[in-house]
Amino acid sequence: MKKALQALAALVAVGVLAIWLGTGAQRGWTKTNLQTITVDNVTGIESPTYRKGFVAGVDFLGAGTLIAGALASLSLLFRKKNQQPQTEH
Amino acid sequence: MKTPLTTLLLATTLTIAALAAPLPFDFKDPKGVNNAVFKLDAPLEAISGSANGISGTVTFDPANPSATKGKIIVDATTLTVPNSMMNQHLHGPMWMDVANHKELSFEAKELKNVKTTGDKTTADASGTLTIKGVTKEVTVPVTLTYLKGKLGQRVPNLKGDLLVIRANFAVKRNDYGINPKAPEEKVSDEINLTLSIAGASPQP
Repeated sequence: MKKALQALAALVAVGVLAIWLGTGAQRGWTKTNLQTITVDNVTGIESPTYRKGFVAGVDFLGAGTLIAGALASLSLLFRKKNQQPQTEH
Repeated sequence: MKTPLTTLLLATTLTIAALAAPLPFDFKDPKGVNNAVFKLDAPLEAISGSANGISGTVTFDPANPSATKGKIIVDATTLTVPNSMMNQHLHGPMWMDVANHKELSFEAKELKNVKTTGDKTTADASGTLTIKGVTKEVTVPVTLTYLKGKLGQRVPNLKGDLLVIRANFAVKRNDYGINPKAPEEKVSDEINLTLSIAGASPQP
């Protein structure tokens, strides 16, 4: 159980970091609506439009790190399996 | 002889009057480019978003821009920020309370310090700004660009003029009861607003 929790914690930490880096290492908040600016060629008005998307921010990274930390801490509550005492013949 | 002359004179007078009359511009843009952008400073990242549900009418006289009057309405339900959770908070009762206050509006009553160069007019527009049900008298700097005969370039088969209005100004969040309990070290009291809108005045 201890090793399983530690492995899960490592997996969460690496996964969250990989997602954060993979979506551009955004140092702001997580974005779930991605903005695109279009320019009207007659009036010159710049117009923001949104489409669904995902860019992980530092809040995502922080939450993932906390979960990984909690799992690792939880693993400390479990003892290592006792090794079989060697018997002398 | 007298009747045709009178008719001609009357027709000429009516034509001149029609040409000199203020033109009504409708700001419900069929292309949906009209927008209001807002920005609040915050420690991690500025909170920035926009609204594109713009409507309203402005009367503009190219010969007398200082007589410009009108009302611009922003549909509060179209306020959008890039984070969906922040969007829920923005629409919620603490922030914009969109369920109870569906519109933001600015009614221009008077233009001051009017300066016109070519098709561009700059001025200070005085009027009433209503946000979250709170109405206050404000004066905001505006730029009006009159694009004569350009409507057809945006909307095929329509003749007429365009009026582009741009404004950039700031309001205090606390003045309009927008989450007054939010500490200023977490989100600024000042909200920067940028309006970029185009209105159409079709002609027969």
